[in-house]
Amino acid sequence: MELLDFLNDNLDLILQLTAEHISLVAVAVGLATVTGVPIGIAITQNERAARIVLYVASIIITIPSIALFGLMIPLLSTIGQGIGYLPAVIAVLLYSQLPIIRNTYTAINNVNPALREAARGVGMSPLQRLRMVEVPLAIPVIMAGVRTAVVMNIGVMAIAAYIGAGGLGVLISRGISQSDPRQLIAGAIAVSILAVIADYALLWLQRRLTPKGVSA
Amino acid sequence: MIKIDNLTKIFETPNGPVTAADHINMEVPEGEICVLLGPSGCGKTTTLKMINRIIPPSSGRVFINGEDTTGLNTVELRRNIGYVIQQIGLFPNMTIEENIAVVPKLLGWDSNRYKARAKELLELVALDPSVFLKRYPRELSGGQQQRVGVARALAADPPVMLMDEPFGAIDPINREVIQDEFLKMQQELRKTIMFVSHDIDEAVKMANRIAIFRGGRLVQYDTPDDLLAHPKDDFVESFVGDDRALKRLRLVQVSQVMEPVAVVKPSDSLQTALARIEEHGYSRAILMVNEKHQPIGYVSRSVAQTTKGLCGDHYFGLKATTSPSDDLRKVASLMFNHDTTWLPCTDEQGVLVGRVTQQGITHYLGATYQRDALNAQSPHLHQVNA
Amino acid sequence: MKKLRLTRYGYGIGLVLMFTLGILAEQYDVVDELFFYQEDVVYLTVQHIELVLISGGIAILIGVPLGTLLSRPRFARIAETAMQSLNIGTTIPTLAILALSMSLLGIGMLPAVFGLCIASLLPIVRNTYTGLLEVPDHLKEAASGIGMTAQQMLYRIELPNALYVIFAGIRTALAINVGTVPLAFLIGGGGLGELIFTGIDLDEPFMMLAGAIPTAMLAILADIVIAVLAFLIVPKGVNPLRT
Repeated sequence: MELLDFLNDNLDLILQLTAEHISLVAVAVGLATVTGVPIGIAITQNERAARIVLYVASIIITIPSIALFGLMIPLLSTIGQGIGYLPAVIAVLLYSQLPIIRNTYTAINNVNPALREAARGVGMSPLQRLRMVEVPLAIPVIMAGVRTAVVMNIGVMAIAAYIGAGGLGVLISRGISQSDPRQLIAGAIAVSILAVIADYALLWLQRRLTPKGVSA
Repeated sequence: MIKIDNLTKIFETPNGPVTAADHINMEVPEGEICVLLGPSGCGKTTTLKMINRIIPPSSGRVFINGEDTTGLNTVELRRNIGYVIQQIGLFPNMTIEENIAVVPKLLGWDSNRYKARAKELLELVALDPSVFLKRYPRELSGGQQQRVGVARALAADPPVMLMDEPFGAIDPINREVIQDEFLKMQQELRKTIMFVSHDIDEAVKMANRIAIFRGGRLVQYDTPDDLLAHPKDDFVESFVGDDRALKRLRLVQVSQVMEPVAVVKPSDSLQTALARIEEHGYSRAILMVNEKHQPIGYVSRSVAQTTKGLCGDHYFGLKATTSPSDDLRKVASLMFNHDTTWLPCTDEQGVLVGRVTQQGITHYLGATYQRDALNAQSPHLHQVNA
Repeated sequence: MKKLRLTRYGYGIGLVLMFTLGILAEQYDVVDELFFYQEDVVYLTVQHIELVLISGGIAILIGVPLGTLLSRPRFARIAETAMQSLNIGTTIPTLAILALSMSLLGIGMLPAVFGLCIASLLPIVRNTYTGLLEVPDHLKEAASGIGMTAQQMLYRIELPNALYVIFAGIRTALAINVGTVPLAFLIGGGGLGELIFTGIDLDEPFMMLAGAIPTAMLAILADIVIAVLAFLIVPKGVNPLRT
């Protein structure tokens, strides 16, 4: 069992790369949530703006990640950050926009019009309506968007190893270039497990954050 | 008091402007329920929603308790108007308590006060606070939800309430119950209420005054009885229905048509009974009462004519009685059920106070129609569309 | 009024951006530099498209029948479990799938096509399955009521009604596939990834762009093509895009 021996010998390295991977994705998706949710809320006010924003975001997400890196590197090289942390985080930030903006937008838009009328009728200001009714009701769907973004970007971040961003992709890339199946399999499995665990963890979080009276 | 002055709403649509409400003028006196009634698209809902500016008026003014609301801040205005809608609109992310307390919280009440208020209001709408306070809206039936909806509207004790088909989504049986409860509540609370409905029966039951709308205009504004007795035009007449005379039965109390009645006692002879029947022109029978003047039966004309003896030995048991506060619908129903043309009326102690007859009812309803025919101009209390 | 201004701003910004990019491109001789790789680009683009078509085609050929099969009543018991494992499968990063495929099959076109197939299979199976299950019961009841056999019902009622959902799955699959194809180079599968990865390694920005620009454009193009296909093929009555 060569693989087990390898895992045993390199446990520290694998854990360190996993931590790196998680922190990269967390920072990027965290930033994406902070930007995406307000954008998603803002565009509910203007249908045309919504269409444009969602269209642009959906084009960005179609671009293969390695191509996006390739497009960004020359641009970021001008400030000396072509390779490494920054392009990886920016790419993930961009990719996360679509699921987060789209889910926020649809969730807020789908709040039952009767509730909105009731909220106006009891004298809530637009901000109070947002804070007390619309956002709490939209949280499950917004969280689902964040979850999609995280899972997708764990995969993207693995590819970012090729532009020197670190993370579990390092094992895969080394495994491929050194024709070392042990590293390759260890990296592939570790990143897969990470994605599956993240998916379930966020599902749990999503259920926790869902207001009690709303959950299905 | 709600006063509406030339309130108008013009919607801009791709097919040109549409006038949803056209110079509406009306006044709802303090403590009364005014039902806005009409077919869909007649402007009743638009008019209602312009009062709390859910729909901003194109022109015209709204006065609440004499104060022009035009200059008021929209949010402030709404917090002082209770609002109940057909879809209920309880916030699913909040408990029943939080839903009821939502306006008090917005008004900055401290938590002890709004919690006590929520409890008090749940009791008022006949829901047990210990059971319902901490529940979520989806755990309640439609009828229970709308009771909470009413409680929420009452939370900050607003002088005025707007209700948009509040009981429209509730099944017929529960609707009757909740309407009755609401009326009972209103007797104590005396809110000034505007209430949209498309159901003439609901309107007749709930309203102190009914406003009939058609095509964005207020067609007739009258008390239910006047509206049913004197519909202003063919549209109103067809809208209130062919059975409008029957609908009026609900609006008239026994006390309004009660007549004095002659009686016999058990110790009277059948001869006396026959004499009294003849004297008063009763066609079939005479009522018999005990010493406390409580009706216990009747002596029929045929028995009195053919038999000798005391009334107490030859009487038939009573079929039914009514009380002066019953409405005539109930009386008519009792008469049909028991195949009789008259019923004795008793007070709470069962003491006879009079009787109500089919002829008396017909006469009362007919008299207003006759008056209508005689007076070319009907005596409407309120000015309509001045 | 507000909308009009917004659009005008949008166009304005777009124009300025394009203008600046144009000036920059001219300054750095971008166009000339990019054309240096023209031959490679054409060759690798063809290879790139081949990879997408072969692996995507196989994925559809396997995925749709598999999803259909799982939706049949006699597989109902295993279908739920199968779907759950498929859902877990979709969370596995595509680079990991390719890496695992290489460790199984070695280097070259075959492991690349195999990995791409697996990666794009999942959404197709899942959407075929749910699409068929979501066909309203009353339609099936009406179909059996007029005497259709199970097979006739599948081809005439169920599949046409599920087609929109199936196409949505194919679209997702294609997006995953096109996004993963550049990685095929890493396991010897060729394609435009060669220019990008080599460009990164050699720190040659123009080589990188010569790969990245056509890759991005192909991805967007593929998305448009499949959208148009869905628009045309899905019957008008059940196509939300055509009402």
